[in-house]
Amino acid sequence: MGEEMSRKPYVREVSKTTWFLRQPRYQRYMAREVTCIFIFAYTFLLICALGSLANGPDAFQGFLNALRSPLGVLFNLAVLVVTAYHSATWFNVTPQAMPIQRGEEFVPGNVIVGAHYGAWAVVSLIILIWGI
Amino acid sequence: MAKSNKPIFWGLFAAGGTVTAFVIPALALVTLFAAMRFNMDMFTYEAIHAFAAHWLGKLIIFGVILLSLWHAAHRLRVTLHDFGVRADTVVAYAVYGLASLGTLMTIIYLLRI
Repeated sequence: MGEEMSRKPYVREVSKTTWFLRQPRYQRYMAREVTCIFIFAYTFLLICALGSLANGPDAFQGFLNALRSPLGVLFNLAVLVVTAYHSATWFNVTPQAMPIQRGEEFVPGNVIVGAHYGAWAVVSLIILIWGI
Repeated sequence: MAKSNKPIFWGLFAAGGTVTAFVIPALALVTLFAAMRFNMDMFTYEAIHAFAAHWLGKLIIFGVILLSLWHAAHRLRVTLHDFGVRADTVVAYAVYGLASLGTLMTIIYLLRI
């Protein structure tokens, strides 16, 4: 009915699939969006590792061999780069996403960002010490 | 006021985002080291099996995998929309179906360890 009433309908000539290429801001948004594909795939890698662990030492060795293939190394490298980007871009906007008010004043943004980076470093260090 | 289950799901989504942001990069670095044979003593079956056999280890593994899995699944649904895929119901069934499968596998594997 809307189309019948309007003689000159407003048509947005924006592609549904390539709209984000128009602006660097949209490209950065999309770059962050696609990180979820890697994170999703990585959780399944973890589940595969868990499955091989449940199936005994031979199965686990099979998983390790697959992990040590060039594709495995490349995938892990990609996941590392992409998830680090995902985390850093999230921590950088935490003052806007969750501002903390103390009395009349808001806690300065760099304090919130710094606290997140600090916690990130501590958590990462614990995981690295545990893992290596 | 009508009751809504949204806060629960948003809470889980936020928890998933937090776990993903804080834990996954370091974990990916550990598995990258393992993939690159950085240290042959790391990632032995015995050590990891011992960790996963303990109830606390199981709980950590369960929490990290499940929260990041469902968080990523929900984001994947939104990302596919952003890429112009408008069949949201099909996408939702696909991504949440995969996440359910992953959940089931995680539970079965953890119970068997």
